[in-house]
Amino acid sequence: MRPRLAPPTAIRGRVGDGVQRPDGLLKVRGEFPYSSDLQVEGMLWGATVRSPHPYARILSIDTAAARTMPGVRAVLTHEDVPGKNLYGLEFEDQPVLAHDFVRYWGEAVALVAADHPEQARRAAAKVHVEYQVLPPVVDPEQALSPGAPRLHPNGNLLRHVKIRHGEQAARADVVVKGEYEIGMQDQAPLGPESGLAVPDGEGGVDLYIATQWLHIDQQQLARVLGLPLEKVRLTMAGIGGAFGAREDLSMQAHACMLALKTGQPVKISYSRPESFVGHVHRHPGRLAYEHGADRDGTLVYVKARILLDGGAYASSSTAVIANATCFSAGPYRCPNATIDGLVVYTNNPPCGAMRGFGSVQNCYAHEAQMDKLAAALGMDPVELRIRNAMETGTEMITGQVIDGPVPVAELLRRVMSFSLPIGVEGRGEGTPLTSLPGGVSNTTHGEGVTRGVGYAAGFKNIGYSEGFDDHSTARVRLFVAGGKPRVEVHTAAAEVGQGMVMVQAQIAGSELGVNEIVVLNADTRIGSAGSSSASRQTYITGGAVKAAAEAVCKRVCEIAQSELYPANVLRIENDSVVGADGKPIVSLATLLGDEVIEETRTFHPRRTHHLDPETGQADAHMQFAFAAHRAVVDVDTELGLVKVVELATAQDVGMAINPLAVQGQLEGGAAQGLGLAVMEEILVKDGVIRNASFTDYLLPTILDMPPVRMDILELGDPNSPYGLKGVGEPPTISSGPAIVAAIRAATGRDITRVPVRPHDLTL
Amino acid sequence: MGLGRGVKVSCTVNGHKQVADGVWEGESLLYVLRERFGLYGSKNACEQGECGSCSVYLDGTLVCACLVLGGQANGRSVVTIEGLEGAKVQQAYVEAGAVQCGFCTPGLVVATHDLLHRVPHPSEAQIREALAGNVCRCTGYAKIIDAVNLAAGRL
Repeated sequence: MRPRLAPPTAIRGRVGDGVQRPDGLLKVRGEFPYSSDLQVEGMLWGATVRSPHPYARILSIDTAAARTMPGVRAVLTHEDVPGKNLYGLEFEDQPVLAHDFVRYWGEAVALVAADHPEQARRAAAKVHVEYQVLPPVVDPEQALSPGAPRLHPNGNLLRHVKIRHGEQAARADVVVKGEYEIGMQDQAPLGPESGLAVPDGEGGVDLYIATQWLHIDQQQLARVLGLPLEKVRLTMAGIGGAFGAREDLSMQAHACMLALKTGQPVKISYSRPESFVGHVHRHPGRLAYEHGADRDGTLVYVKARILLDGGAYASSSTAVIANATCFSAGPYRCPNATIDGLVVYTNNPPCGAMRGFGSVQNCYAHEAQMDKLAAALGMDPVELRIRNAMETGTEMITGQVIDGPVPVAELLRRVMSFSLPIGVEGRGEGTPLTSLPGGVSNTTHGEGVTRGVGYAAGFKNIGYSEGFDDHSTARVRLFVAGGKPRVEVHTAAAEVGQGMVMVQAQIAGSELGVNEIVVLNADTRIGSAGSSSASRQTYITGGAVKAAAEAVCKRVCEIAQSELYPANVLRIENDSVVGADGKPIVSLATLLGDEVIEETRTFHPRRTHHLDPETGQADAHMQFAFAAHRAVVDVDTELGLVKVVELATAQDVGMAINPLAVQGQLEGGAAQGLGLAVMEEILVKDGVIRNASFTDYLLPTILDMPPVRMDILELGDPNSPYGLKGVGEPPTISSGPAIVAAIRAATGRDITRVPVRPHDLTL
Repeated sequence: MGLGRGVKVSCTVNGHKQVADGVWEGESLLYVLRERFGLYGSKNACEQGECGSCSVYLDGTLVCACLVLGGQANGRSVVTIEGLEGAKVQQAYVEAGAVQCGFCTPGLVVATHDLLHRVPHPSEAQIREALAGNVCRCTGYAKIIDAVNLAAGRL
């Protein structure tokens, strides 16, 4: 029993083409099946009982009343977890269903399956859990204090990353200090956490799921369910966005447990409020910085303490803090650094991966510091940045020497060279209200509005770091169907919206010269692709597809040679084998007949290494990506309302495999940066989320998002497939800091916290 | 089923008569369309009328299906993304690169179809105002504006 999934669609394209999405027509017609759309005959609905307390001891759980509710087929608690009741991305610290303690508001405690979702919800409300409420740890500094309750056996300090680089007692002519605070951002993918678990009747289960990494889900599920890997098979369903929110398990184990218990297919689909407690968020942070520079603006040292609130469970916090620490000085040369990055457990909502992954928080701080330093020196802020900009061969504060193109100064020059948009006063009569701060609230027609321009640059790692064995596996199959050659590409890479379905086809198309390419749906029948995160998937899975396609091409050429076709430098073009002169020798259809050529390859990028625990020195990262932004804002200084008028960006993408998709990443990533700068924050009070809905959690709409002017550089990384660089995250890193710099410039206020709120600009 | 007697909903969906029996009074039109009529094109992103992903026509008026009770659709006519005569708008969204994850797209296509019916050649300000009720988390909206302009030029 399988739900309907998206049929694979053949496309043609080559690397560098702006190929349209093969799933595009299905999506615009409403025919693309997302994980929340799945259904099969006899399907039950799951609901989750969640903790109403951020910290409490569970004294008892009484499911008797819930079991007798109409339509109910199963009620499960921690006692029903078949395997190990712990899971986690970096290490296992989170229960599938809470047993002794609940450590955050909304933690899963029990499960219900029923015929109708409302029956399941009503029965969930009848599960009686007796709690001994405990005072929660809601402040990360408090978590580190000696008297704080220990939330986990190893204490509350999840990880402390230290960087000790160069002279630790360095002194400088000019010193600037600042403290900065970053609010908790939500990924808010529009598709809810959802999926369908179908029991196979033999003790195993098939899960149809929207996830960023099928195989890490599978590994965690097998342990939790007490099953061998082959009994837990995952197939990708349509993904309604991810941005880090689908790296951890949400409803996966719950749906599988209910399906195995009832023997019936079970679907779970979170509501939006439940989604806010169903996935991790971007870490809120407090960052204290000190920069020292010579009178000519040359950086001498940077010192920083970065404290991130990891919330109740680890998720990927230990990797996020490594990034926040490694990239804490920004894309600038700095010979001396003393950095302490700490991430702690609290009873706040768990935090983990979100686009930018630690480099977003620190960029607000290092870019504010650069502006502050420029002011102290009487220098232009862009000139200061260019003076200190990293170049090829620059040694990072981790001691790693950056190779390949490092165009930080060039990116800044490019965003500065865009002409500036005309101001409010220049626009005259008929200026639409929607282009002013306050919009159609009609709060100003231009009076009290001041303009500001701000700049920022940022960088981060691409791919996994710190010695993790990054890799992906691809199978490429060439055969003749209906008289035409056809290529099938099979990987486990998650198509989260970014365009892996095009990129894989384009790469296979380029390597094999075949016009009809089909990318098969991702599942666990092929080896792991790693996650669609860290801006790595085009590089790593793209690399795997390239290697497998090259192997197929080689075999085809060998066959052509063995059948005595003229053998000089054979390759495939436009469905035929061609010789050195580019003239067709034989069509693939004729050459192959019934033969199927299939090759599987696993691609590994160059290795990385662990950070030294005392000094943080290592070649810990595989590739680096850089971007710069310029923001122009109008601020109604009387009401504290901000209108972002325009963003301009420049980014080195190495090589644009699909230029249309690259533009989409730069625009969409900037929108999420804008969100954190001026709108988006999960408000947590005493461990409780106060705005778990799209009514109260404000996402940028089409009225909030300005045009993005862009300059895309393709400088070519000598180490990567086609010279490409990861693209997805840099747009989210420096866009927000540029906006905040522009607000500072417009208002003259020393803004130290994001998102910027009206009262930060008026009171 | 423990949810009361339920109501009968009889309406025209995409030109066809559809009947659902035993509909719980609390079911939204969105739930009825998706789970009872199998029309999953209208999306369930917020179910609070904030994101526009479930935009449909109800008697010719653009509504969020999540904010309409299933029972309220009784005797009325609904057009969903599956029945929309919107090929040019749909094609424009694909060509312009306005689709990434696509979860917001059906709602945006219906809202764009409604806009272009009312205002065949909208200004950028009109586009932004008309689509302000549709949240997209992937694209940053630039290519959505491109898609509306592309479609407007072809209609």
